[in-house]
Amino acid sequence: MTMNVAARRFANALVLHASGRLDQDTCEAFRTDLTGHVDTAVRDRAALVLDLSDLEYVSSAGLRCLLIASRQMKAAKGRISVAQMQPMVAEIFEISHFDMLFDVYPTVPEALAAVSADAAAAYSTR
Amino acid sequence: MSLRVRFWGTRGSIGVALTSADIRDKLAQALLQASGRMFASYEEAHAYATAELDFSITHTFGGHTPCVELEPGSDEYFVCDMGSGARPLGVHVLAKQAKKPATVNVFMSHVHWDHIMGFPFFGPAYVPGTKIRIHGCHDVLEHAFRLQQAAPCFPVDFSQLAADVEFVQLEPGKAYDVSGVTVKPHLQLHSGDSYGYRFEKNGRVVVYTTDSEHKLEDRHEAESFANFFRDADLVIFDAMYALAEAISVKADWGHSSNIVGVELCQMARAKHLMLFHHEPANDDETLEGLLKEARRFEELTRGDHALKVSAAYDGLEVDL
Repeated sequence: MTMNVAARRFANALVLHASGRLDQDTCEAFRTDLTGHVDTAVRDRAALVLDLSDLEYVSSAGLRCLLIASRQMKAAKGRISVAQMQPMVAEIFEISHFDMLFDVYPTVPEALAAVSADAAAAYSTR
Repeated sequence: MSLRVRFWGTRGSIGVALTSADIRDKLAQALLQASGRMFASYEEAHAYATAELDFSITHTFGGHTPCVELEPGSDEYFVCDMGSGARPLGVHVLAKQAKKPATVNVFMSHVHWDHIMGFPFFGPAYVPGTKIRIHGCHDVLEHAFRLQQAAPCFPVDFSQLAADVEFVQLEPGKAYDVSGVTVKPHLQLHSGDSYGYRFEKNGRVVVYTTDSEHKLEDRHEAESFANFFRDADLVIFDAMYALAEAISVKADWGHSSNIVGVELCQMARAKHLMLFHHEPANDDETLEGLLKEARRFEELTRGDHALKVSAAYDGLEVDL
């Protein structure tokens, strides 16, 4: 099983679309990928939005990867949020109390609107 | 022959007790939920409380620090850790022995205070003829037990104990036969190291694994613990925190979470996970919430193997 991450830029926001299963088998490669995108976001002073609409599952090892990215962003005074989780992933976020560590939005447009009007507008005209 | 496990102390770090305000709150909630009902007898009210009310209203998870007894059907006693739960255990042993000296085999996860503080109050230690064998993998084992009873910390010096106390050094990864029970220690991640124990007797397996932090993205570590827990009938697991807490503000504090307990037990195909070493700041409602969340996580992630999930409380007995 693999994890895929695709990045798209919308004004001052970088949206990462993650798909697949984020678990012990995939977390190492995902973490490497994510770190690169975090570096880009920090360099460009862009907010990071994780679009988890196609993430099927996340384990504790996967959640730790997300937490590491969040720490990196927060250390650089950056902003990270998660959006559009499938019901099972959203429930795992709640059960593990990760909803207290991240800004969680029902949809990507809502996450982008919280970043800036420009980011939301850029997304709506994609 | 069955194996019984009895929990004398289940709280981590420091003992806690219900306050009068806590008890009033539980009573008020029970009365509210029973509003309008009539009970003709104590038994009827008791049955209602047992069947209808939440555990956190009718019970408490208790406040003694770690002490767990294994009853493998032998004349000797088997005990994991000597937290403050060792005091009521001592009362139980004295009553059961009816003045006959006991032989007690103790297995120490480590020597942090909450795991040794009950020993000076363990009644059988003051009975001549009693044999107490304290097993562990730390080279400071004996020093720690003697130190906590040295002046000015305690009025009775260790040398004044009437029992014959022997310290037995074990090596992690090696299996030992202790009076018919196979015991295997396993190194764990905790400040100053800690050790879990796998007990096997007549095909029944109990794993006692407390004060242990896990980082499951490390495949080697995850597999090592899955093998240690493999097919266990019961895994008594350090679930001090929720996952977010365990890996954020309390990372590297040497404890684990309910979620990681479920994941490791699923990997090991263990049968029953017992959440243990409860955070002293958590009230009964919070602990019940963590149990419900662990059960839901197990349900969401279940493959072809169902795992039973419970939370330990002082006084709980489990027959395997």
